[in-house]
Amino acid sequence: MRFIFKTDYEDDIRLLPHSGYIWTYGTLLVLLAIAPFVLSSYIMSQLVFVCIYATVGVGLLILSGFTGQASLGHAAFLAIGAYTAAYLQQYNVPFPVYFLAAGLLTGVVGALVGFPALRLQGIYLVIATISFAFIVEEILARWESVTHGNEGMRVKTLSLLGASVPRDSPAFYFLCLGFLILTIVGSLNLLRSPTGRAFIAIRDSETAARSMGINVALYKVKSFAISAAITGFAGVLFAHKLTFISPEMFTLQLSIEFIIVILIGGTFSLHGAVLGAIFLVMIDPFLTYLKDDMPGIIAGVAAAFGASKATASNIQSNVAAFASANGLKGAIYGVIIMVFVLFEPLGLYGRWLKIKLFFQLFPLYKRATFKRQKIYVKSERNR
Amino acid sequence: MSYFRAENLSLHFGGLKAVDSVSFAVEKGEILSIIGPNGAGKSSIFNLISRIYPPTHGKIFFEDQDITQEPAYDIAKLGIARTFQNIELFENASVLSNLLVGRHRHSTTSLWQELLFLPSVRASEKVHRRRVEQVIEFLDLEPYRDKLISGLPYGVRKVIELARALCSEPKLILLDEPSSGLNVEETDDMSFWIRDMKSELGITVLMVEHDMSLVNRVSDRVIALNYGRVLAMGSPAEVQSHPDVVAAYLGA
Repeated sequence: MRFIFKTDYEDDIRLLPHSGYIWTYGTLLVLLAIAPFVLSSYIMSQLVFVCIYATVGVGLLILSGFTGQASLGHAAFLAIGAYTAAYLQQYNVPFPVYFLAAGLLTGVVGALVGFPALRLQGIYLVIATISFAFIVEEILARWESVTHGNEGMRVKTLSLLGASVPRDSPAFYFLCLGFLILTIVGSLNLLRSPTGRAFIAIRDSETAARSMGINVALYKVKSFAISAAITGFAGVLFAHKLTFISPEMFTLQLSIEFIIVILIGGTFSLHGAVLGAIFLVMIDPFLTYLKDDMPGIIAGVAAAFGASKATASNIQSNVAAFASANGLKGAIYGVIIMVFVLFEPLGLYGRWLKIKLFFQLFPLYKRATFKRQKIYVKSERNR
Repeated sequence: MSYFRAENLSLHFGGLKAVDSVSFAVEKGEILSIIGPNGAGKSSIFNLISRIYPPTHGKIFFEDQDITQEPAYDIAKLGIARTFQNIELFENASVLSNLLVGRHRHSTTSLWQELLFLPSVRASEKVHRRRVEQVIEFLDLEPYRDKLISGLPYGVRKVIELARALCSEPKLILLDEPSSGLNVEETDDMSFWIRDMKSELGITVLMVEHDMSLVNRVSDRVIALNYGRVLAMGSPAEVQSHPDVVAAYLGA
């Protein structure tokens, strides 16, 4: 176990507290840098999605994890970013310009959504953000002169500095990865400065935050704007990755996927967004596997246990029907959320910390280390 | 002109007069205690001053400035800090970041500077940290710097809340029952700190307190309230022997 002897205030400010971090993150960076030259194009494509989802996850974490404002409307922010890019692209606006424009526009919309949020809390805020998402979805479907309605919009290949960057190229992967890293570093900077602390203060006690001189309304709007802007930027990359966008891609289910990203990953640290994104992107291959291979395997097992041929094929078709049932994905999402909320509220990153601590303290690890103490004295009167 | 003044302050919840035209003044550098039975309106006065509730009538002046209509977050910027009766700390943050939130009113960096963490932000963070360390030393909080609030005992949290208020370098501090939930030794410490706040840091203290021994030890003046009205005002001994106060506590 490492004991850090702090000799300077800098020790608490810097992002990488000690050399161990430099080694682990350095190795990770090197691995990510050589990945496109080693891994198959399918896995690379999945990695690009991980980067985009993780970027949105970081954005959502700032709002929900650190400021404590729930949002089920992030699919709408992603859509606004994506459509802004697709729309401006028609007029041959260069990538850097429409990338920035998409982020800024989404940020402004986010701030506008933030205003009603000043008066809403908890479940009511969730309802408000869902309504916002539905409104945006409907506008995308109806405003045909701009969005081409349900026909959707084709997104041209990204061109940067005169070179074309196709969606499968390593360059596009590096663009997404670079933006993710930029987002993470920017967010960490924010979180270690007064604004980030104000966010956390608002999450934990608005009354106390106000009495410490924090303009709660202003910071909530700021948090919404930052979160939306990050999501809008990610939307541009999302649009380029998919090459085609239409309103039915930005549904409530997508917003729930973003919630899964942060809930599964862990809402208390930016690590959670990345781990959650990896988890989420892995669900789809898992479902494909479930559809393609599971029926055969289960039938095979049944046959091995002495089921007749007719029964085995019956089982196979039943399992196949179940695995390709409509809405299975939504049901699996629901089960995952419930299981994590009940049994792993700190998420995958929390689990990782527990495992790490177990080995650091071996054999002295106490199971109650991460147990939360229930506090009964907290005042509810000054809301 | 007094340093801090409340004039005919009233707070009505429908027909209930929680605070009923209370007037008092606090002189610069004194420790003024407000006592009274439960429900007398002591904490309500604090909530009026820190603008959690808007007053029904009356005005509040601080340094000759009418602060009755200031938004709640500006009260701290003027130099009035407070603690809460039932601790309001930021539970899921470390002690250090709780205290640094106390520095919020002194932060001048903009969002863009913070996103890039420019050298100016780094420098101002270090200044904040140095001030926080002074408060940590003043209140003997060294062992708890990196601990999460949610894992700390009640007595320590009480001190941290005081520390957070001190970190904002207030001119006037409002202490809402600083000794509630503390044992005898912790209450002793608290009384020393309150007096040091006055003598070393030059902070004016307005305090709501039930523990009469603490009130006697630290206060320069005492106000007794009952049913939202002022019963008596004066030195601790005077107020405690005042017939109305005795009646309010013991029954007529």
